[in-house]
Order: sequence, then C-alpha cells, then structure tokens
Amino acid sequence: MNLLEQLPALQVVVPLLMAPLVAMLSGRGALPWLLTTLTSAASFVIAVLLTQQVLADGPLFYEMGGWSVPFGIGLAIGPFATLMLLVVTGASTLALLWGGASMDHEVGRSHLPLLYSSWLMALAGLLGIVVSGDAFNIFVFMEISSLASYVLVAAGPDRRALTATFKYLITGTVGATFYLIGVGYIYMMTGTLNLADMAARLGEVSELAPVLIATGFILVGLGLKAALFPMHAWMPNAYTFAPSAVAVFLAACSTKVALFVLIRFDFVVFQPNLAGHGLMFTSFLLPLCVAAFLVGSVIAVFESDLKRLLGYSSVAQIGYILLGASLLSAAGTTAAMLHMFNHALIKAALFMAAGALFLRYGSMRLSDLAGAGRAMPWTMAGFALAGLSLIGVPLTVGFISKWYLILAALEHGVGGAVLVGLILLSSLLAVIYIWKVIEVAYFREAVEGATVPAEAPVWMLSLLWLVVLGNFWFGIDPSLPLSLAGMEVPALLGGRP
Amino acid sequence: MQILGLYNYWIFILLLAIGLYAVIVKSNYIKRMIGLAIFQAAVFLLFITMDKVEGGTAPIFTKYMVPGQLYANPLPQVLILTAIVVGISVTALGLAIAIRIKEEYGCVEEHETQRMDREP
Amino acid sequence: MSPQMQLLLAVFLPLLGAVGIALAGRWPNLRESVTLVTAVGLMLLVWSFLPQVLAGERPQLVLAEMLPGLSIAFRIEPLGMIFACLASLLWIVNSVYSIGYMRGNNEKHQTRFYVCFGIALSAAIGVAFAQNLLTLFICYEVLTISTYPLVAHKGDAHSVRQARVYMGILLATSIGLMLPAMIWTYALAGTLEFTPGGILEGHIEGPLLGLLLLLFVFGVGKAAVMPVHRWLPAAMVAPTPVSALLHAVAVVKAGVFTITKLIVYLFGPEFLFSQTGTQWLLYAACFTIIAASVIALRQTNLKRMLAYSTVSQLSYVVMAAVLLTPISQIGTALHILAHGFGKITLFFAAGAIYTASKKTELNQLYGIARRMPWTMAAFTIGALSMIGVPPTAGAVSKWYILGGALGTQNMLVVFTLVASTILNCAYFLPVVYRAWLRDEDVAPKKDHGEAPWPAVLALTTTALLTLGFFFFNGPALELEAQMLAGD
Repeated sequence: MNLLEQLPALQVVVPLLMAPLVAMLSGRGALPWLLTTLTSAASFVIAVLLTQQVLADGPLFYEMGGWSVPFGIGLAIGPFATLMLLVVTGASTLALLWGGASMDHEVGRSHLPLLYSSWLMALAGLLGIVVSGDAFNIFVFMEISSLASYVLVAAGPDRRALTATFKYLITGTVGATFYLIGVGYIYMMTGTLNLADMAARLGEVSELAPVLIATGFILVGLGLKAALFPMHAWMPNAYTFAPSAVAVFLAACSTKVALFVLIRFDFVVFQPNLAGHGLMFTSFLLPLCVAAFLVGSVIAVFESDLKRLLGYSSVAQIGYILLGASLLSAAGTTAAMLHMFNHALIKAALFMAAGALFLRYGSMRLSDLAGAGRAMPWTMAGFALAGLSLIGVPLTVGFISKWYLILAALEHGVGGAVLVGLILLSSLLAVIYIWKVIEVAYFREAVEGATVPAEAPVWMLSLLWLVVLGNFWFGIDPSLPLSLAGMEVPALLGGRP
Repeated sequence: MQILGLYNYWIFILLLAIGLYAVIVKSNYIKRMIGLAIFQAAVFLLFITMDKVEGGTAPIFTKYMVPGQLYANPLPQVLILTAIVVGISVTALGLAIAIRIKEEYGCVEEHETQRMDREP
Repeated sequence: MSPQMQLLLAVFLPLLGAVGIALAGRWPNLRESVTLVTAVGLMLLVWSFLPQVLAGERPQLVLAEMLPGLSIAFRIEPLGMIFACLASLLWIVNSVYSIGYMRGNNEKHQTRFYVCFGIALSAAIGVAFAQNLLTLFICYEVLTISTYPLVAHKGDAHSVRQARVYMGILLATSIGLMLPAMIWTYALAGTLEFTPGGILEGHIEGPLLGLLLLLFVFGVGKAAVMPVHRWLPAAMVAPTPVSALLHAVAVVKAGVFTITKLIVYLFGPEFLFSQTGTQWLLYAACFTIIAASVIALRQTNLKRMLAYSTVSQLSYVVMAAVLLTPISQIGTALHILAHGFGKITLFFAAGAIYTASKKTELNQLYGIARRMPWTMAAFTIGALSMIGVPPTAGAVSKWYILGGALGTQNMLVVFTLVASTILNCAYFLPVVYRAWLRDEDVAPKKDHGEAPWPAVLALTTTALLTLGFFFFNGPALELEAQMLAGD
C-alpha cells in the first residue's frame, strides 16, 4: 500500500487520532503543545503534498475502505479544496507556533492538554469538511469542528468569553441544523448524499419545490456559519474574547471553510440543475455582500476595541469573498478563491500583531495602546504592513484579490461600475479604521504614568513577520493560489460563461 | 385526508417553530438550550419520517426474512443516530457553558449578563 | 555598473539613506552627513543618466510581474528624466537648508523628519522613472503617506488635524478616483504601460473618454486642480523645509508630472483632444489659475499666499499640456522646472524670515530687507520668476506657453496668462516694495540679522539657479524635443 495514495484520508485521520492522545497528557511541561504543533505541522506537510499531486494530476478521488461511491464514503479533493487545506493547516500551524507562550499566559495550565486536544479536533473537523465529498459527512465534520471551537473560544481569559461562546454555540447549531434540514430535503428527492451523485440525479427530479426549500435552508444555514451579514452577530465577540492564538487560528480559516462549502454546494449541485437559480443566488447574496462590506467597515471605523475592530473588518471581508462568487463569472469566482487565501494571510498577521499587543498591554482598547509604535516598533510595523494589505495597496495580497474582484464587477456594465464605487468606498473606510490604529500607536503620546511595555518576544515577532512577508510574497507572485483557482474555475462553472 | 395524512411533517414544522422561538426570544440560557434541543428533535423527526416506506417493516437482517417484504430505508435512521449524538454533545456543552456562566456571573439570564458586561 | 543596476540604485538609494539616517539618529552630525552624502550620491546617479538619455537610450528594469500586463518596472524617458533631475538637485539644497532651519528652530523628532524625507525622495524618483501606471501609483501613495509625519511634524492638535486633511484628500482622491480609472484603463487596454502615443486609442471614445480624463485629473490630487486643492493650504502647518519639499521638490511636481505623463503616454495627446468632451480640462485649468490668484491676493499670511500661488502655477502646467501645440508642450516641462526653482527660493526665504525673526504675516515685513538683504534679494528673484520677468526661469516657460496659445489663436489662454500675470504682480510686488522701500514700523523684539548660514547658502543657490535657468536650459529643451518626437 503506497502511503502517498492514502494522503487524503491521512489528512483528516492524523489530527483526529492524535486528539485523544494529547488529552491524556499531563498539563506540566510543553509536551501537549509540542505534540499538537507537530501534528499540525504534519497535516501541513500532507496538505502541501496533496497540492503538488493536484497541481500535477488534477483532482483526487478517494474511497474510504475501498467501498465504491455512492455506497461508500468518498473524499474529493480538487484544486479549490487543496487551497483550503493549505489555509487551514497553515493557519493552525502558525497559530500554534506563534501562540504557545500566549496560551500558557492566558489559559490555566491544567486545562492545556484538553484545550490542545480540542484544537486538534477543530483542525480535523475543518479538514474533514474540506475533503469530504458527502453532504452528511460535511455536517458531521462541521459539528466536530464547531464543538471543538466552542471549547476553544470559551477558554478565553475574560468571563465575557463564556457569553460570547454561548451566542456562538446557539448560532452555530442553528446554522448546522438548517443545513441538515436542507440536506434531508435533497436526500428525499434524490436518495443520495454524495455531492457529485446529487448533482447528477437532481436533473431528473420533476418536483422542484422541496429542492428550492432545501436551497434556502442550506444557503441560510451556511450563511450563519460563515457569519455573512446580517448573520454575523456571533463573530466579533467570539474572536475578541477567545485566547489570542485561537483567534489567529479561527479568524484565518473557520468561516472560510463554511464559505467553501457554500460555494461548492451551490456551484456543483444547484446551479447546473435549477433553471434561474443563478439569478436567485446573485440577487439573494449580492445585496447582503454589499451590505456586509459597507456595514462591517462602518462599524469597524467606530469600534474602539482592536480585536472587535478586526472582527468587524472580517465581516466586511466575507462580503468581498461572497460578492466574487455571487457574480457567477470566471473572474468573480477567481477573486473569491484568491481572497479566501489572501484574507487568511492578512487576518492571521493582524491578529498576531493584536495578540502580541494584548500580551504586553493586557488591553485591547485603542486608548490604552497609545505610544505602542515606540514601545513595540516591530509589532506595530508588522501591523501597519498587514493593514496596508487589508486596504488593498499594490504589492500586497489584498491588492491582487481586489483587482480581480473589480475586474469581475466591471464586466457588468453600469451596475458593475456602481459596485466598483462601493468596493472602493469600503476600501476607503478600511483606510480610516487602520489609520485610526496607526495614529494612536505612532502619533499619540503614551498614557501618563503607564509603564512602557517591552517589545514582544523574538519568537512571536519572527512568525508575525513571516506572515507579513507572506502577504508581500504572494502579492508580488500570486501564481500558486492563482493557478489553483484557475484549475478549479472551469469545473465550478461547468462550461457556463 | 392528504393534509392530515402528513401529520408527521406538521409536527416537524411545529417543533421547529417552537424550538426556534425559544432560542431567539428567551433570555434564560437554560431555556434557550431547551429550545435548541426541541429544534434539533424536529429534524430527527423529519429524517425518521422520510425513511418510512408504506407497508414496510423494520430493516433487520434475519433468517426469517420473507421474500417480497418491504423494508423501511435504513440510511436515514443511521444518519439520525449520528445527528442525535451530535445533538447530545451540543446540549451537554451548552449546559456546561451555562454552568460556567452561572459561576462567573451568578445568573443565567442574558439581559443580566449583558448589563454586567456593560458596567465595568 | 550596468544601467539596470544604476536605475535600481537610484530608486532605492534614498530609502537606504533613510535606514542609515535612522541608525545614525543618536549622533546629529553623523545623521546630517548621511543625509547630505545620500543626496549628493542620488544626484550623481540621476544626472549621470542624462548623457545616455540625451543620446536616445531608455534604460529599463522590470522588478516583478504580478499578473500579465501588471508589473513593477522602471524606465527612464525624457519627461521623467527632467523631473528626477529637478528633485535630486533640489534635495541637496533642501537638505542644507533643513539643517539650518531645524537646528535654528530647535525642532523635535529630527531623525523622523530626515527619515521621512528620504522615503519621500525615493518615492519621487520612483514616480519619475515609473514604466507603468501601477508602479507610478504605488510610488505616488508612498509619497503621500511618507509626507504625513512631515506635515504633522509639530504634533499639536491643530497640525494633526490639518495633516489629516492633507492626507485625507490625497488618499481619498487617489483611491476613490485614480484607482478606478487605472483599473478601467486596464480593463480596456489590457496593459498599463506608458507608451508613446498612448494606449487607449481605439478602446474608448467620446464622453466616456472625457469621464476617464476627469477621474484621472481629479484623482491626481497632488496636481491641485480646483476643487481638490484644499490640501495645499492645509499642509502649510508644516515646517518650511517640508513646504519646500511639497511645493518644489517632490509632491506637487509629482502631481503635474503625473498628469502630463498620463496625457502624453497613456491617452496620447492627438487622440485625447480629437475627441469631444475633453476640452473641459482647459477651462478647469484656466479657472484654477485665475481663482487661486485671486485667493492669494486676499491672504495675509506669507506662506498661505505662496500656497495659493502654487495652486495657480500648477494649473499653468496642466493648461500647457492641454494646449497641444509642440511649443506649449515644451512649456510644460520647462514650467515644472522653473516653478520648482522659483518656489523653493520663495519658501526658503519665508522660512529664513521665520527662523530669524519669527515673523509670518505679510504686514510684519516692513523694511525687513535692511536686516536680511540676501534673503530678500532671493525672495525678489523668486517673485519675479513667478510673475515671469526676464531674466528669470519663469520668463522662459511663460514665453513658450504664450507662444503656443498665440499659435493656436486660443484667446482664452492668452487672456488667462495676461490676467494671472497682472494678479501675480498685484500680490508679489507689494511684499517686495514693503520689504525694500519702507521703514520698519515697529522695532523687532530682538535685534536680528540673517538666518543661520546653511539657510542663506541654500536660498542664494536656488535664486542663482532661477537666474541661471534663463540662460542655460539647453538639455531640458533637448529632452522635451525627444519627448515630442514620440519617444
């Protein structure tokens, strides 16, 4: 048995098996952290190998235990999925490497093994969602990752983490259950759970009313999971009160995985089979996306807590991602995929910088961070550069995704031009809220009498800067995400223009 | 009788609505968890209903199987077993968090915890 | 050293200098030496390109290609060469002056000041040598951001507020108007490369082209075509060397340079003005010239008066570019140079007056020439250049622009030129008259003479440059001729 052929299964199985092992370790020493990090790094290596395979040979299909699809469980890994695998494993590994020290600092030591075990469960769940080719397995993995994430967020140092988690749990469960109802309706009509099989059989279904209901339930359910405006209320608080390392991990990838399912489900199953669905999809999502990036940015402008500011900025960025998808064109879907990858890089860097500031200042209120530019020059410089990327300044990844998004919008005539105007307006708002932070940090004198904290540990800084440089690296040479997206687009659009 | 004959689906919708109502409207964390449980139970009912085949019996493989006998679809039952496990985990975790909230805040009412968060 | 290497170094040398300045921050003398050495080095690098470019060579360097047709690349063409020569030359003078000014006034945060100066210069050279619009845009934005700390240098509430106006207008116009125009251009033409004759012909026409031009002209907020000129007076809170940087060395020059470059290399002048719906630019420029002069007339603060004078003078450049006769196009680049020399002299003088006597208002300047003859002599030369009196630099460029206007029988432009010259006289000559021919009305609190010697040296040099340019402008004309020849 060639190990390379088993990679799709190993991608999920490795972290899943390591999770109980880590839970059994004692809380003293760095062993739980070390084991978790190594597992995560191994997953990352597997993701890289899978990417190489997909780039060389095209999409991979894997049958669990040799049972053939649609009776057995099938895994399907296309280029888009490998992009997500890279994002998820990369974000997890970086967050672990970066945040070992801050986890010790923010979470009680005795809880650490259990928490790291949850981390691995969350990782396995997210990866499972991505590789799964089966609608019900997606639900199960979604719940595995969500349950584990609730635990992770609830471990935050502030008691508000608990109420934030409760909100997160309620919203997440309602979203997942909605998704399950939708899947149930489709199963009723097609008798299959495999996505590809579903797409094939849905064409023969004559009674479309249940399918339309299913579409609604699935879109809304996944929208809740992805924090699509106006279903975003759980997200900013969850990111704000989670431990810093968890915030880096989740902010970079958790909502994106829900978006990945939404895009894949809709483009693969519904759009080829439902006449007029494309129009419905666009007219339902596009206004929400526009509202998301405008409202998210405006709230961020008025927010005075750094992590909440970043959380609302994520609401806006999710709007950009889905906007690209809702345009239903090659350029648009490319923009959506690119921005998933790029936004992970941007937000990981920003949350790393924010986490380092929290470690030293013990507060995320902007007014407390006055003078941080002098006290922690490297951290703030990293924040500023990642902020440029968020705004979409050329040479950064943010520019590449906005460029594609705007090109996609311009294909739509006058309405597209209006859309471009709105995107740029939102970018200007991003300038304002990033600038607000920069100005406080660099141009305001530190609070009288406050102790000037030291620069963040070198280890944290080097990882922060690694991600910041990644922002520029992939901004100057975006060929990796671009080629993966380019391979996926024809499959997603299925020959449609 | 078509409409009454589909009473399982009517109950599904009713449970769904009751559960969602409780989740959204109630301020007490425990009551919201109850609502969530009802909400999930509605979905279990939906799946169980759809596997019923008219005249079919329990899909159990035995040596007394009669040729031509119809069986209910076993797959949704398996699915729903999984979903029930997921539901129990969610409820357990939700209640655990409610207990932690009670420890930290001294209450399980959302409007009170929100008030306490606003007042530093 | 290969031309590519040299080009790379020219763009990044001031940046390296900025790093050096930051490292040497604790030792002021060493820090200032680094500034001066970098400035001289930059000038040598840039000016050594001059023979090559005059000989028709166009050194090029591609740093990175992000997407097809989208790259970071530099290429030296005649117009950019003129701008780079101006900026690198004036940086030396400005550095000398800065040293005198900053030390004379005991300013805080001097290291940050010189570091930002270096970054701004790097960006200015980048703008000058940009091979495509994207590269230009990046450098343009770096220039905006790096000058914010300079404008907000004092750090009090008022200057921070004004600096926000400064950056807010420049960023909002560039991101809100220039960026969409750039993306639109890319969507139309599939490239953003500056090409002689333009890249837009055949892709767009009529009123839409007028709209694109509108987006570009107001998107380049640094050119200060009304109504996006508000940032210039707002930036007057900055220390004088910064005003000099803004008005003469880099910022506004980058603005009008960008507009000229866009017209010449992106739209293609023949194509642009063969289309209907593009003539509004000429009217906008004429309006700005007159309106800004009238506002300047009403100012009581010396630096604000100079700021509005700049707004007016910038639109000369735009107007000349739009006139579309070869002779007026020569006037375009000449005026960028002439205004640079003249205006930097005026600002240096204003700063020298402030350093020596703390005077900022026009009605305080009675008889000041007795105490500061060198400064006021230089000021007078600068003022004459603004008006366009021979033998100063301003006379040359105005002559070419007027020639173009007469050649096309464009009476609006002729009228604008005459009227603005009269207005220039009306606001500059009273200052000169008061300074030289009237007695001091109140004795100053402390007896003062000239400003510190580096400042005087700098302003004398620029005054001489202003005079010298009247006689020695051959290479600039030659470069202009090459640009017009479509290369």
